[in-house]
Amino acid sequence: MDDALKAPSRRAFLKGSAAAVAGSVAAGAAVAAEPDPLITELQDWASSLGEGVDETPYGLPIKYEDDVVRRNVPWLTADPISSINFTPIHALDGTITPQGCAFERHHSGAIELSKPDYRLMINGLVDQELVFTYADLERFPRENHVYFCECAANTGMEWAGAQLNGVQFTHGMIHNMEYTGVSLRTLLNEAGLGAAGDLKDKWVYVEGADASSNGRSIPMEKALDDVLVAFKANGEALRKEHGYPVRLVVPGWEGNMWVKWLRRIEVTDMAVESREETSKYTDVLADGIARKWTWVMDAKSVITSPSPQSPITHGPGPMVISGLAWSGHGQITRVDVSKDGGMTWETARLGRQGDTKALTRFYLDTEWDGEEMLLQARAMDETGYVQPTKAQLREVRGENSIYHNNCIQTWHVKTNGEAENVEVS
Amino acid sequence: MSKFLKVTAAALVLGSPALAEEKFGLGRPALPEEVAAWNKDVLPDGRGIPEGRGDVFTGEEVFAEQCAVCHGDFAEGVDNWPVLAGGFDTLGDKDPVKTVGSYWPHLSTVWDYVNRSMPFGAAQTLSPDDVYAITAYILYSNDLVDDDFELSHENFADFEMYNKDGFIIDDRAETEYTIWSGEPCMENCKDEVKITMRASVVDVTPEEADEGADGAMQGHSEGTVEVAATEQAAEPEAEVVETAAVAVDPELAAAGEKVFRKCKSCHQIGEGAKNRSGPQLNGVMGRTFGAVEDFKYSLVFNAAAEEGRVWDDESMSAFLAKPKGYLKGTKMGFGGLKKEDDIAAVIAYLRSASE
Repeated sequence: MDDALKAPSRRAFLKGSAAAVAGSVAAGAAVAAEPDPLITELQDWASSLGEGVDETPYGLPIKYEDDVVRRNVPWLTADPISSINFTPIHALDGTITPQGCAFERHHSGAIELSKPDYRLMINGLVDQELVFTYADLERFPRENHVYFCECAANTGMEWAGAQLNGVQFTHGMIHNMEYTGVSLRTLLNEAGLGAAGDLKDKWVYVEGADASSNGRSIPMEKALDDVLVAFKANGEALRKEHGYPVRLVVPGWEGNMWVKWLRRIEVTDMAVESREETSKYTDVLADGIARKWTWVMDAKSVITSPSPQSPITHGPGPMVISGLAWSGHGQITRVDVSKDGGMTWETARLGRQGDTKALTRFYLDTEWDGEEMLLQARAMDETGYVQPTKAQLREVRGENSIYHNNCIQTWHVKTNGEAENVEVS
Repeated sequence: MSKFLKVTAAALVLGSPALAEEKFGLGRPALPEEVAAWNKDVLPDGRGIPEGRGDVFTGEEVFAEQCAVCHGDFAEGVDNWPVLAGGFDTLGDKDPVKTVGSYWPHLSTVWDYVNRSMPFGAAQTLSPDDVYAITAYILYSNDLVDDDFELSHENFADFEMYNKDGFIIDDRAETEYTIWSGEPCMENCKDEVKITMRASVVDVTPEEADEGADGAMQGHSEGTVEVAATEQAAEPEAEVVETAAVAVDPELAAAGEKVFRKCKSCHQIGEGAKNRSGPQLNGVMGRTFGAVEDFKYSLVFNAAAEEGRVWDDESMSAFLAKPKGYLKGTKMGFGGLKKEDDIAAVIAYLRSASE
């Protein structure tokens, strides 16, 4: 235990927690040597007054949590205007991601588009090409759903091996929110699909209003299935960086298709094959041939704590291993955890039965013997799919991929409680 | 194409209870002009492309002016910006070089992307002829056409890209899902486990905000503030005199505003200007080098700031003519303005827009 305290973690949030750690040691088995002044001495907060209401009309987290923020990896991209950052999943629990720390991905920056200036056009192979205002959208029947949104490049840097030392960086291109919106099917029906004829080979091209004109082609089956035109997330308006006032939600499919600042929906008879669905978001296999239209995000899980940014700060004894699991094919049915790099596994407890295509929280309530661990998690979904190892993925796809890396992740937990991103045999 | 949906679900959806649903009578008909203004995507078979033409020779000029800042004069890519040319037959290598030439399957994608999304920071400002010319030049830089090639709406649909057959439709259902399923191993799954790679060895993880690189950054900006303060204290009069002495020619400034479009993807100027990938430029003329607070300058700029060097006509002209030659080590990726007239115009604009 002393080792854990002496070993200086470079993570800032540990610095302030020495007292808490000492407290937890005292609270463990032994009797406290001296009375705890936090209890025996009158504390300022127990005597003087705190802030009044309205001090902060829209509240931010308390200052003690100011390290729970999005972070980026500057060397990944040429310019922060066209870049990505990462959700601090190491510091969150439950399943809902607060909008303020949910990862951002912009191609030409986050624009400010007001509701009065907002227009949504439906054109192409429809009976009547239409224009909606924001107010129009709020008059259609609304739905609420919780869905995860994962960038296809999440964990992409790990194709080449263990690189980034933090679950925020390896797995933080994901968020999970409760959306309110109108089903795309309702809007397409309003324009009428009679003109499209047989719907089986038809597509919907969706486009954003920002300077990148990011657009993707979605097959009609999906468009009529569960796609949402959303304007609220977690009960409040979408944040600017998440596409205010309106974004598309494409459940279970790669985040690039969730077009922000949605301005146009075009019914077409072929895929547009725009830049983001040919030169990007395609997967080069070992022989140089690339897969396209790899839309679904396969089942995946990761342990968020302990992890490199969230080391163990207590001694041997009871501990909680926790993480997230999700599948673009439906519900997570089971998550197994290994402490020895995949030799033996035990089944974790799901926080609650997860929603379809949404994050599921899992816990392994266990005992730490103070020894090293090689922690892994392995998810299964309702289709029977089992999350693969890195070796299994590489065997099928080679090592030239960028996207769709859903491999089993390994954290090496040392005797002092620190954890490191490693790859194992 | 329906393999990603269960057959029953697809049948249910396409069996079209959706289509029988009532309409709400919301929205209004889109006018033809409105559809024309937004419906700009070009399909792989060429549908949607406007009439026009552009040749390689013209394309080289337009590219140098509009694109080379980020993509390089020969489409080779500057810094982390995309490489557009070369990389042929590398797709099966360890680090494939995916360019327009080596990877993109359709010419429509190139034209469409340049037309709707480029240049970065000034999207949708190019004429159709310019887009044809740029596209022709990108093909030329990839050795896919000769230097006398002209691209137009007439020959557009016939052009076949090098990697047109390089893609297959998602086959994970057959190649992966069938293998990675069933009851997984729970005990004695391996004989031994060894660590084969560690992230700390690669060491590419960003440091925490209060330490390391960012800590150093705070140090820099404090230093810069101090230098700027000293500078102001020492020479307030000199600055005023210089500013007053330079009367800005409005015509020249207007010409400079046009040239400044090349700078706009990285620099803002005027009311509310903020730092982008380059610092905001309000009041830059007459100011010390590297003086904008909260901007992380390159080392060479910080050194110039400590020397107290000031932006005047001479230093700004030299910098704009050849940024990396004048300040070796600057992060500014711009290659430089070739024409002296353009330089004088931009300087006039920098003065006028700051006022």
